Amino acid sequence: MPDVRIPTPLRKLTDGQAVVSVEGGDLRSVVTNLDAAHPGLGDRILDDRGELRRFVNVFVRDEDVRFQSGLDTEVAESDTVSIVPAVAGGAGRVT
Amino acid sequence: MTTLDVRPVTTPTVTGLRCRECGEPEDLGALHVCSYCFGPLEVVYDETAIAARVSRSRVEAGPGSLWRYADLLPVLSEDPDTRVDLGTGATPLRPAPRLGERLGLDDLWLKDDTRNPSGSFKDRVVTVALSAARALGLDTIACASTGNLANSVAAHAAATGMPAYVFIPSDLERGKVVGSVVYGANVVAVEGDYDAVNRLAAEVADTRGWGFVNVNLRAFYAEGSKSLGFEIAEQLGWRFPDHVVAPLASGAMFCKIDKAFGELQRYGLVEGSRPRMSGAQATGCSPIAEAFERSSLDVRPQRPDTIARSLAIGNPADGYYALQVADATGGVIGHVSDAEIVEGIRTLAATEGIFAETAGGVVVANLRRFVAEGRIDPGERTVAIISGNGYKTVEAVAAGAEPTYRTSPSYTDLERVLAG
Repeated sequence: MPDVRIPTPLRKLTDGQAVVSVEGGDLRSVVTNLDAAHPGLGDRILDDRGELRRFVNVFVRDEDVRFQSGLDTEVAESDTVSIVPAVAGGAGRVT
Repeated sequence: MTTLDVRPVTTPTVTGLRCRECGEPEDLGALHVCSYCFGPLEVVYDETAIAARVSRSRVEAGPGSLWRYADLLPVLSEDPDTRVDLGTGATPLRPAPRLGERLGLDDLWLKDDTRNPSGSFKDRVVTVALSAARALGLDTIACASTGNLANSVAAHAAATGMPAYVFIPSDLERGKVVGSVVYGANVVAVEGDYDAVNRLAAEVADTRGWGFVNVNLRAFYAEGSKSLGFEIAEQLGWRFPDHVVAPLASGAMFCKIDKAFGELQRYGLVEGSRPRMSGAQATGCSPIAEAFERSSLDVRPQRPDTIARSLAIGNPADGYYALQVADATGGVIGHVSDAEIVEGIRTLAATEGIFAETAGGVVVANLRRFVAEGRIDPGERTVAIISGNGYKTVEAVAAGAEPTYRTSPSYTDLERVLAG
């Protein structure tokens, strides 16, 4: 099963585990199975439209999935999926 | 002889952190991501206390560094020993008539941030981040960097006696590698581009408890760039310029200059309409400019390929916000080729005596384009941000940079050579 690396802010949903293993042949099914195993995780990764949230970066085989096929990116048994929060500054505009 | 106590009076200005996207509050700490929605965290200021305190005269009586704006920057501790101050900021804002004439601009000014302790504007953000790190009790400092930030973190860590780990792409310009190693920092060269370095840093920050200035200290760090906006307005006699043109890498500095103008207005320090904010990228790494051209807020990541290494962030964290700022202020975002960047560096040096690194060339070359395309009015009071020193990236202009004449030490020989 592919390993999924979980960042600190999400570990409260995985009982503190930094790495979890779930089935899935592509990223979409990995996320679906993640959410089944750890309810709530799916919401943190996908937005209302079922797309990757703006501030979530996902890497499969150390490559940003936006350079691959997004949620359709293939995931092999031996692959590692990393979920990494984007680093944005939060410059709230003063109006 | 008694020793003068020159320690500053530091008054905390922040009450916590808050998610920029969903508004969820978080306690002050080395934390950059909302634990609910992954949105970026921003500092929450005690705005009532600041409004009661801040004034032009308080600023003017302050130190000759960015800390003269301490009332408007994140200060976490009353302990003056937490404050780091190597004299960063208060850099010159100079009229640039010769460059302006060359570009076709009648009222051009340069904010010369080549003049900071480690030679770039990054000293501003690092000053604020390290002060926050000390207030939070962190003992090791780190960063992911395209070079300038690594230099700055290494210098400030050295001066404060903190161990530092700076993560850089392994193929960086020699000057930027040397400029980190010399300060005694641990330099970690990562095989990959900046985006790979950044991603590794995010994972390291997550596990090792180090203070990564531009990752888990980013909420404080990014605020340091506001000092550019504060200084520009103060240096113009507490007035706004019409237009500011800044280089865009992550987009954070650009957004924070705009935020600074907003705060000056809110607290009644400056009146008048807010400046247009325009951004400058290199064609070889232009994800924000590309989204701007599509009139979209959706920044598509790119694989950088440009000599402007300091701006080579293919997946810019604040690109989304930078697009909003450009849009809200009537600014534009452009991009220029590497050849134009080199020409821009040379033009700036030859007209105004400022040797800028590649980002400065990017700004000058974009200014030229904005004029040519009618996107900037020649009469606008325009401030260009020159963010880093050219001695860091001599490679960019080394080609063809040979002595004009060669001669023996004989005066007769020299005369002959000069006569051609």
